[in-house]
Amino acid sequence: MFDIQTQLFEGQDIRFGPIDHEKDAEIESRWTHDSEFMRLMDTGAARPLSAAMVKKQYEKLEKQIEEEKNIFHFMIRTKADDRLIGKATIQWIEWTNGNAFLRLGIGAAEDRCKGYGTQALQMLLRFAFAELNLFRVSAVVPEYNAGAIALVQKCGFVQEVCRRKSLERDGRRWDLYVYGLLNDEWRNQARG
Amino acid sequence: MKDLFRGELVRFTLEEPEMRARAEVRWQHDTEFHRLADGDPARLTSEKKIKEWFEKQAEGPQPERYSFTVRTLAENKYIGFLGMWVDLIHREAWVGLGIGEREFWSKGYGSDMMKLCQQYVFSELGMERLSLGLHEYNPRALRSYEKCGFRLEGRTRKDVLREGKHYDSLWMGILREEWLQMQNGEHK
Repeated sequence: MFDIQTQLFEGQDIRFGPIDHEKDAEIESRWTHDSEFMRLMDTGAARPLSAAMVKKQYEKLEKQIEEEKNIFHFMIRTKADDRLIGKATIQWIEWTNGNAFLRLGIGAAEDRCKGYGTQALQMLLRFAFAELNLFRVSAVVPEYNAGAIALVQKCGFVQEVCRRKSLERDGRRWDLYVYGLLNDEWRNQARG
Repeated sequence: MKDLFRGELVRFTLEEPEMRARAEVRWQHDTEFHRLADGDPARLTSEKKIKEWFEKQAEGPQPERYSFTVRTLAENKYIGFLGMWVDLIHREAWVGLGIGEREFWSKGYGSDMMKLCQQYVFSELGMERLSLGLHEYNPRALRSYEKCGFRLEGRTRKDVLREGKHYDSLWMGILREEWLQMQNGEHK
Protein backbone atom coordinates (compact mmCIF):
# COMPACT_ATOMS: atom_id res chain seq x y z
CA MET A 1 0.00 0.00 0.00
CA PHE A 2 0.96 3.63 -0.27
CA ASP A 3 1.66 6.16 2.47
CA ILE A 4 1.57 9.92 2.95
CA GLN A 5 5.12 10.32 1.64
CA THR A 6 4.78 8.37 -1.61
CA GLN A 7 4.42 10.89 -4.42
CA LEU A 8 1.03 10.96 -6.15
CA PHE A 9 2.19 12.51 -9.40
CA GLU A 10 5.31 10.41 -10.04
CA GLY A 11 5.02 7.06 -11.83
CA GLN A 12 7.67 4.69 -13.10
CA ASP A 13 8.14 6.23 -16.57
CA ILE A 14 5.62 9.07 -16.47
CA ARG A 15 4.59 11.96 -14.30
CA PHE A 16 1.46 14.09 -14.03
CA GLY A 17 1.91 17.81 -14.55
CA PRO A 18 -0.17 20.95 -15.01
CA ILE A 19 -1.18 22.40 -18.37
CA ASP A 20 1.51 24.44 -20.10
CA HIS A 21 -0.68 26.87 -22.02
CA GLU A 22 2.03 27.79 -24.51
CA LYS A 23 3.67 24.47 -25.35
CA ASP A 24 0.90 21.90 -24.89
CA ALA A 25 -1.67 23.40 -27.25
CA GLU A 26 0.53 22.78 -30.33
CA ILE A 27 1.00 19.13 -29.42
CA GLU A 28 -2.61 18.49 -28.52
CA SER A 29 -3.71 20.14 -31.76
CA ARG A 30 -1.59 17.58 -33.61
CA TRP A 31 -3.36 14.73 -31.80
CA THR A 32 -6.75 16.05 -32.89
CA HIS A 33 -5.64 15.75 -36.51
CA ASP A 34 -5.56 11.97 -36.01
CA SER A 35 -9.18 10.89 -36.52
CA GLU A 36 -8.51 7.49 -34.95
CA PHE A 37 -7.43 9.13 -31.69
CA MET A 38 -10.48 11.38 -31.72
CA ARG A 39 -12.79 8.41 -32.27
CA LEU A 40 -11.18 6.46 -29.43
CA MET A 41 -11.44 9.42 -27.05
CA ASP A 42 -14.89 10.67 -27.85
CA THR A 43 -18.23 9.52 -29.14
CA GLY A 44 -18.95 12.86 -30.87
CA ALA A 45 -17.92 13.67 -34.44
CA ALA A 46 -14.14 13.71 -34.82
CA ARG A 47 -12.82 17.08 -35.96
CA PRO A 48 -9.37 18.66 -36.05
CA LEU A 49 -8.72 21.59 -33.71
CA SER A 50 -6.21 24.40 -34.18
CA ALA A 51 -3.72 25.18 -31.41
CA ALA A 52 -5.62 28.41 -30.69
CA MET A 53 -8.83 26.42 -30.18
CA VAL A 54 -7.06 24.00 -27.85
CA LYS A 55 -5.68 26.96 -25.88
CA LYS A 56 -9.21 28.33 -25.50
CA GLN A 57 -10.32 24.90 -24.25
CA TYR A 58 -7.53 24.94 -21.63
CA GLU A 59 -8.69 28.32 -20.36
CA LYS A 60 -12.29 27.16 -20.22
CA LEU A 61 -11.26 23.98 -18.41
CA GLU A 62 -9.23 25.76 -15.73
CA LYS A 63 -12.06 28.23 -15.17
CA GLN A 64 -14.47 25.33 -14.77
CA ILE A 65 -12.10 23.55 -12.36
CA GLU A 66 -11.86 26.68 -10.23
CA GLU A 67 -15.58 27.40 -10.19
CA GLU A 68 -17.20 23.98 -10.10
CA LYS A 69 -14.58 22.08 -8.09
CA ASN A 70 -15.60 18.72 -9.52
CA ILE A 71 -12.79 18.12 -12.01
CA PHE A 72 -9.15 17.12 -11.64
CA HIS A 73 -7.06 17.32 -14.78
CA PHE A 74 -3.50 16.12 -15.37
CA MET A 75 -1.16 16.26 -18.33
CA ILE A 76 0.90 13.08 -18.74
CA ARG A 77 4.60 13.60 -19.44
CA THR A 78 7.49 11.20 -19.85
CA LYS A 79 10.02 11.33 -17.03
CA ALA A 80 12.91 10.66 -19.41
CA ASP A 81 12.49 13.72 -21.64
CA ASP A 82 9.57 15.66 -20.11
CA ARG A 83 7.53 15.22 -23.28
CA LEU A 84 3.72 15.59 -23.32
CA ILE A 85 2.20 12.23 -24.28
CA GLY A 86 -1.36 12.31 -23.00
CA LYS A 87 -3.92 13.53 -20.53
CA ALA A 88 -5.90 12.13 -17.64
CA THR A 89 -9.04 13.51 -16.04
CA ILE A 90 -11.36 12.77 -13.15
CA GLN A 91 -14.65 14.46 -13.96
CA TRP A 92 -18.34 14.71 -13.08
CA ILE A 93 -17.43 14.18 -9.43
CA GLU A 94 -20.48 13.92 -7.17
CA TRP A 95 -18.94 14.63 -3.78
CA THR A 96 -21.86 13.49 -1.64
CA ASN A 97 -22.12 10.13 -3.39
CA GLY A 98 -18.39 9.72 -3.91
CA ASN A 99 -18.80 8.98 -7.63
CA ALA A 100 -16.75 10.14 -10.60
CA PHE A 101 -15.86 9.30 -14.21
CA LEU A 102 -12.32 8.79 -15.48
CA ARG A 103 -10.91 9.78 -18.86
CA LEU A 104 -7.51 8.89 -20.18
CA GLY A 105 -5.78 9.28 -23.54
CA ILE A 106 -2.31 8.75 -24.96
CA GLY A 107 -2.17 11.18 -27.88
CA ALA A 108 0.33 9.92 -30.42
CA ALA A 109 0.05 6.44 -31.97
CA GLU A 110 3.76 5.74 -31.42
CA ASP A 111 3.36 6.27 -27.66
CA ARG A 112 0.56 3.72 -27.32
CA CYS A 113 1.02 0.09 -26.24
CA LYS A 114 4.10 0.97 -24.18
CA GLY A 115 2.57 0.70 -20.73
CA TYR A 116 2.12 4.47 -20.32
CA GLY A 117 -1.66 4.13 -20.22
CA THR A 118 -1.51 1.41 -17.57
CA GLN A 119 0.76 3.51 -15.36
CA ALA A 120 -1.41 6.58 -15.85
CA LEU A 121 -4.59 4.68 -14.95
CA GLN A 122 -2.96 3.25 -11.83
CA MET A 123 -1.87 6.75 -10.75
CA LEU A 124 -5.33 8.10 -11.50
CA LEU A 125 -6.97 5.35 -9.43
CA ARG A 126 -4.71 6.01 -6.47
CA PHE A 127 -5.54 9.70 -6.71
CA ALA A 128 -9.29 9.01 -6.92
CA PHE A 129 -9.39 6.48 -4.09
CA ALA A 130 -6.58 7.50 -1.70
CA GLU A 131 -6.50 11.29 -2.14
CA LEU A 132 -10.10 12.17 -3.08
CA ASN A 133 -11.50 9.23 -1.08
CA LEU A 134 -14.11 8.50 -3.76
CA PHE A 135 -16.34 5.45 -3.31
CA ARG A 136 -16.47 4.39 -6.96
CA VAL A 137 -15.24 5.42 -10.39
CA SER A 138 -16.63 4.72 -13.86
CA ALA A 139 -15.20 4.68 -17.37
CA VAL A 140 -17.23 4.96 -20.56
CA VAL A 141 -15.74 2.91 -23.41
CA PRO A 142 -16.97 2.26 -26.97
CA GLU A 143 -17.04 -1.35 -28.16
CA TYR A 144 -14.42 -0.59 -30.85
CA ASN A 145 -11.81 0.64 -28.32
CA ALA A 146 -10.24 -2.75 -27.61
CA GLY A 147 -7.16 -1.21 -25.97
CA ALA A 148 -9.22 0.66 -23.38
CA ILE A 149 -11.39 -2.40 -22.66
CA ALA A 150 -8.30 -4.54 -22.04
CA LEU A 151 -6.80 -1.83 -19.84
CA VAL A 152 -9.78 -1.30 -17.55
CA GLN A 153 -10.34 -5.06 -17.24
CA LYS A 154 -6.69 -5.51 -16.29
CA CYS A 155 -7.18 -2.91 -13.53
CA GLY A 156 -10.17 -4.78 -12.11
CA PHE A 157 -13.06 -2.78 -13.57
CA VAL A 158 -16.35 -4.62 -14.03
CA GLN A 159 -18.63 -4.05 -17.01
CA GLU A 160 -21.81 -2.64 -15.47
CA VAL A 161 -23.74 -1.19 -18.39
CA CYS A 162 -23.98 -2.06 -22.03
CA ARG A 163 -25.86 0.55 -24.03
CA ARG A 164 -26.64 -1.52 -27.08
CA LYS A 165 -26.00 -0.09 -30.55
CA SER A 166 -25.37 3.42 -29.18
CA LEU A 167 -22.80 4.55 -31.71
CA GLU A 168 -22.77 4.87 -35.48
CA ARG A 169 -19.36 4.55 -37.11
CA ASP A 170 -18.07 3.19 -40.42
CA GLY A 171 -21.60 2.26 -41.47
CA ARG A 172 -22.43 0.06 -38.52
CA ARG A 173 -23.70 0.30 -34.96
CA TRP A 174 -21.51 -0.28 -31.89
CA ASP A 175 -22.29 -0.82 -28.20
CA LEU A 176 -21.17 1.65 -25.54
CA TYR A 177 -19.97 0.16 -22.25
CA VAL A 178 -19.73 1.65 -18.79
CA TYR A 179 -17.12 0.01 -16.58
CA GLY A 180 -16.98 0.55 -12.80
CA LEU A 181 -14.52 -0.02 -9.96
CA LEU A 182 -15.18 0.35 -6.23
CA ASN A 183 -12.73 1.70 -3.66
CA ASP A 184 -12.80 -1.60 -1.70
CA GLU A 185 -12.07 -3.65 -4.80
CA TRP A 186 -9.13 -1.42 -5.67
CA ARG A 187 -7.78 -1.58 -2.12
CA ASN A 188 -8.01 -5.38 -2.01
CA GLN A 189 -6.25 -5.76 -5.30
CA ALA A 190 -3.53 -3.26 -4.28
CA ARG A 191 -2.96 -5.38 -1.16
CA GLY A 192 -2.50 -8.34 -3.48
CA MET B 1 14.90 48.82 16.76
CA LYS B 2 14.81 45.21 15.73
CA ASP B 3 14.74 44.24 12.06
CA LEU B 4 11.26 42.70 11.76
CA PHE B 5 11.98 41.00 8.47
CA ARG B 6 15.34 39.41 9.24
CA GLY B 7 15.93 36.28 11.32
CA GLU B 8 19.03 34.15 11.83
CA LEU B 9 18.57 32.02 8.71
CA VAL B 10 15.81 33.67 6.67
CA ARG B 11 14.22 36.95 5.79
CA PHE B 12 10.69 37.93 4.78
CA THR B 13 10.20 39.33 1.28
CA LEU B 14 7.34 39.62 -1.16
CA GLU B 15 8.21 38.15 -4.53
CA GLU B 16 6.49 39.14 -7.78
CA PRO B 17 3.59 36.99 -9.07
CA GLU B 18 5.78 35.64 -11.94
CA MET B 19 8.42 34.40 -9.50
CA ARG B 20 5.87 32.96 -7.09
CA ALA B 21 3.99 31.15 -9.85
CA ARG B 22 7.18 29.63 -11.23
CA ALA B 23 8.10 28.26 -7.79
CA GLU B 24 4.55 27.16 -6.99
CA VAL B 25 4.33 25.05 -10.15
CA ARG B 26 7.28 23.03 -8.87
CA TRP B 27 6.18 22.90 -5.23
CA GLN B 28 2.63 21.72 -5.99
CA HIS B 29 4.09 18.67 -7.74
CA ASP B 30 5.56 17.48 -4.43
CA THR B 31 2.50 15.82 -2.90
CA GLU B 32 4.25 15.01 0.37
CA PHE B 33 4.81 18.75 0.81
CA HIS B 34 1.22 19.47 -0.13
CA ARG B 35 -0.20 16.89 2.27
CA LEU B 36 1.88 18.17 5.16
CA ALA B 37 0.71 21.72 4.54
CA ASP B 38 -2.90 21.25 3.51
CA GLY B 39 -5.99 19.11 3.95
CA ASP B 40 -7.36 19.83 0.48
CA PRO B 41 -6.65 17.37 -2.32
CA ALA B 42 -3.44 17.96 -4.25
CA ARG B 43 -4.00 19.80 -7.54
CA LEU B 44 -1.88 20.61 -10.56
CA THR B 45 -2.67 24.11 -11.77
CA SER B 46 -1.01 25.81 -14.72
CA GLU B 47 1.61 28.52 -14.15
CA LYS B 48 -0.67 30.92 -16.04
CA LYS B 49 -3.56 30.36 -13.64
CA ILE B 50 -1.41 30.49 -10.50
CA LYS B 51 0.09 33.78 -11.68
CA GLU B 52 -3.41 35.19 -12.06
CA TRP B 53 -4.20 34.24 -8.45
CA PHE B 54 -1.06 35.94 -7.14
CA GLU B 55 -1.76 39.01 -9.29
CA LYS B 56 -5.19 39.27 -7.73
CA GLN B 57 -3.68 38.94 -4.26
CA ALA B 58 -1.18 41.67 -5.13
CA GLU B 59 -3.88 44.19 -6.01
CA GLY B 60 -3.77 45.72 -2.56
CA PRO B 61 -2.61 44.87 0.95
CA GLN B 62 -5.53 43.85 3.15
CA PRO B 63 -5.56 44.65 6.89
CA GLU B 64 -6.58 41.12 7.91
CA ARG B 65 -4.30 39.16 5.59
CA TYR B 66 -0.50 39.24 5.72
CA SER B 67 1.38 37.18 3.19
CA PHE B 68 5.18 36.99 3.01
CA THR B 69 7.63 35.00 0.95
CA VAL B 70 10.81 33.68 2.49
CA ARG B 71 14.44 33.79 1.32
CA THR B 72 17.50 32.31 2.97
CA LEU B 73 20.11 34.76 4.22
CA ALA B 74 23.08 32.63 3.17
CA GLU B 75 22.14 31.85 -0.46
CA ASN B 76 19.40 34.46 -0.97
CA LYS B 77 17.26 31.56 -2.22
CA TYR B 78 13.47 31.75 -2.32
CA ILE B 79 12.39 28.68 -0.34
CA GLY B 80 8.87 29.19 0.98
CA PHE B 81 6.07 31.35 2.29
CA LEU B 82 4.32 32.38 5.48
CA GLY B 83 0.80 33.74 5.73
CA MET B 84 -1.14 35.27 8.61
CA TRP B 85 -4.85 35.87 9.07
CA VAL B 86 -5.55 38.51 11.68
CA ASP B 87 -8.70 39.00 13.72
CA LEU B 88 -8.34 42.63 14.73
CA ILE B 89 -11.33 42.61 17.07
CA HIS B 90 -10.33 39.66 19.24
CA ARG B 91 -6.60 40.25 18.72
CA GLU B 92 -5.91 36.74 17.49
CA ALA B 93 -3.71 35.80 14.53
CA TRP B 94 -3.52 32.49 12.63
CA VAL B 95 -0.38 31.43 10.86
CA GLY B 96 0.40 28.94 8.09
CA LEU B 97 3.79 28.36 6.54
CA GLY B 98 5.51 26.12 4.03
CA ILE B 99 9.00 25.37 2.78
CA GLY B 100 8.68 24.20 -0.81
CA GLU B 101 12.39 23.49 -1.30
CA ARG B 102 12.87 20.11 0.35
CA GLU B 103 16.60 20.48 0.95
CA PHE B 104 15.72 23.13 3.52
CA TRP B 105 13.54 20.82 5.61
CA SER B 106 14.61 19.80 9.13
CA LYS B 107 17.38 22.39 9.36
CA GLY B 108 15.79 25.04 11.54
CA TYR B 109 14.46 27.25 8.74
CA GLY B 110 10.83 26.66 9.70
CA SER B 111 11.51 27.52 13.34
CA ASP B 112 13.35 30.67 12.29
CA MET B 113 10.37 31.66 10.10
CA MET B 114 8.03 31.05 13.02
CA LYS B 115 10.12 33.14 15.42
CA LEU B 116 10.01 36.02 12.96
CA CYS B 117 6.28 35.56 12.66
CA GLN B 118 5.81 35.63 16.45
CA GLN B 119 7.85 38.79 16.68
CA TYR B 120 5.74 40.37 13.94
CA VAL B 121 2.43 39.30 15.46
CA PHE B 122 3.21 40.39 19.02
CA SER B 123 5.49 43.39 18.62
CA GLU B 124 4.17 44.86 15.35
CA LEU B 125 0.51 43.83 15.14
CA GLY B 126 -0.02 43.82 18.93
CA MET B 127 -1.97 40.56 19.01
CA GLU B 128 -2.88 38.70 22.20
CA ARG B 129 -2.50 35.19 20.82
CA LEU B 130 -1.16 33.30 17.79
CA SER B 131 -2.87 30.08 16.65
CA LEU B 132 -2.12 27.32 14.20
CA GLY B 133 -3.29 23.91 13.08
CA LEU B 134 -1.46 20.88 11.76
CA HIS B 135 -2.02 17.24 10.83
CA GLU B 136 -1.19 14.41 13.21
CA TYR B 137 1.04 12.85 10.53
CA ASN B 138 3.41 15.83 10.58
CA PRO B 139 5.54 15.22 13.72
CA ARG B 140 8.35 17.38 12.33
CA ALA B 141 6.09 20.44 12.41
CA LEU B 142 4.84 19.56 15.90
CA ARG B 143 8.41 19.49 17.26
CA SER B 144 9.27 22.76 15.56
CA TYR B 145 6.22 24.54 16.96
CA GLU B 146 6.84 23.17 20.46
CA LYS B 147 10.39 24.46 20.19
CA CYS B 148 8.94 27.89 19.40
CA GLY B 149 6.83 27.84 22.56
CA PHE B 150 3.45 26.76 21.18
CA ARG B 151 1.28 24.59 23.42
CA LEU B 152 -1.00 21.84 22.20
CA GLU B 153 -4.51 23.06 22.99
CA GLY B 154 -6.69 20.43 21.43
CA ARG B 155 -7.26 17.92 18.70
CA THR B 156 -10.07 17.26 16.25
CA ARG B 157 -10.36 13.50 16.08
CA LYS B 158 -10.34 11.71 12.71
CA ASP B 159 -10.35 14.98 10.86
CA VAL B 160 -8.36 13.90 7.81
CA LEU B 161 -8.77 10.79 5.66
CA ARG B 162 -5.69 9.97 3.59
CA GLU B 163 -4.52 6.74 1.98
CA GLY B 164 -7.44 4.99 3.69
CA LYS B 165 -6.42 6.09 7.20
CA HIS B 166 -7.99 8.66 9.51
CA TYR B 167 -5.80 11.22 11.23
CA ASP B 168 -6.45 13.88 13.87
CA SER B 169 -5.89 17.59 13.42
CA LEU B 170 -3.93 19.29 16.17
CA TRP B 171 -4.47 22.87 17.33
CA MET B 172 -1.77 24.91 19.02
CA GLY B 173 -1.43 28.40 20.41
CA ILE B 174 0.93 30.80 22.12
CA LEU B 175 -0.06 33.84 24.20
CA ARG B 176 1.59 37.22 24.15
CA GLU B 177 2.72 36.88 27.81
CA GLU B 178 4.28 33.47 27.11
CA TRP B 179 6.16 34.90 24.17
CA LEU B 180 7.36 37.88 26.25
CA GLN B 181 8.58 35.50 28.97
CA MET B 182 10.50 33.51 26.37
CA GLN B 183 12.09 36.71 25.07
CA ASN B 184 13.16 37.79 28.57
CA GLY B 185 14.52 34.30 29.28
CA GLU B 186 16.67 34.40 26.18
CA HIS B 187 18.08 37.82 26.98
CA LYS B 188 19.08 37.01 30.57
